[in-house]
Amino acid sequence: MSACNNNNNNNNGDSSDRITGIKSALRVIPNFPKPGIMFQDITTLLLDPKAFKDTIDLFVERYKHEHISVIAGIEARGFIFGPSIALAIGAKFVPLRKPKKLPGEVISEKYTLEYGSDCLEMHVGAVESGDRALIVDDLIATGGTLCAAMNLLERAGAEVVECACVIEVPELKGRERLRSHGKPLYVLVESQFEPSS
Amino acid sequence: MSATNSDQSVTDDRVARIASSIRVIPDFPKPGIMFQDITTMLLDPVAFKDTIDLFVERYREKDISVVAGVEARGFIFGPPIALALGAKFVPIRKPNKLPGAVISEEYSLEYGTDKMEMHVGAVQTGERVLIIDDLIATGGTLAAAIKLLERVGANVVECACVIELADLKGRDHLGDKPVFVLVSST
Repeated sequence: MSACNNNNNNNNGDSSDRITGIKSALRVIPNFPKPGIMFQDITTLLLDPKAFKDTIDLFVERYKHEHISVIAGIEARGFIFGPSIALAIGAKFVPLRKPKKLPGEVISEKYTLEYGSDCLEMHVGAVESGDRALIVDDLIATGGTLCAAMNLLERAGAEVVECACVIEVPELKGRERLRSHGKPLYVLVESQFEPSS
Repeated sequence: MSATNSDQSVTDDRVARIASSIRVIPDFPKPGIMFQDITTMLLDPVAFKDTIDLFVERYREKDISVVAGVEARGFIFGPPIALALGAKFVPIRKPNKLPGAVISEEYSLEYGTDKMEMHVGAVQTGERVLIIDDLIATGGTLAAAIKLLERVGANVVECACVIELADLKGRDHLGDKPVFVLVSST
């Protein structure tokens, strides 16, 4: 699947205009959170109501006929995109959170970071056997967090249909990591290198 | 909000469903606290949609140009409201999360202090702002968010929350700023 997908349901010109608008609304912040990293900042997209709406619409158009029953969003920027998609397609929204934030009984999935490890949690009972799930985050880098999310959903009996992100950082090979789990990835844009003015 | 009798009973039906979709978890995060868990409401697409609709209906004619959501549960409710109103969404975050230049506001916790941050340039002087969080307790977080927005010259029109913990009298800590809630819990 190519990184910058054009949706089957729209004519290609309209989708690519929307994607151009989305891409130009993103901002790159050099050396955050540490030297050498070109941070892809989605907050400027959220300041452009048309570009933000187009972002949600592109995801909704792709999934609305796919019988998705759960949108799982990864804390915290997945919470910005996931709920609007869930509302538009009539699916449940399930937050996947850092440890000790969810108040009820949880299942946890540990995953490795560059240095050390972290953990993602989901409420027991949020997802059921037979649920068809979409996982949403703002960006895919190495794919470590998305793989942890996939494991949580599959342990609860859901089928993960796809992972969806606004941005992909191709050099970090997250797509390949997901593919090795048998899961497809859909993204709107690739990461940019130049800091925006 | 003014309503005919039939509008009012539709509103009440929606609020009743929303209220019953919220789960209470005793003794979280510590003994004695009855935690109001909105994640079960997010599992009920009708209740979640009704929640958003009730806010959008209230603010649709109020020329709101910015919806500011407090991390992290404000990120769940704020963006759908912003999208429906055609407004900007501005995340208000814990320290060191936002990558660009920020302004910070410190606020008190039961023990110690915390800080919230907003990107410089996200909100312009004179913009009409709605602040969203899932719940108002003591009002400390919302009071800090109001200060942050007023420091950049914004006009905070109202704070809106799904739930109010009425006994904690958070409303009294917000000065002249009104708070609109869907469900009041004691």
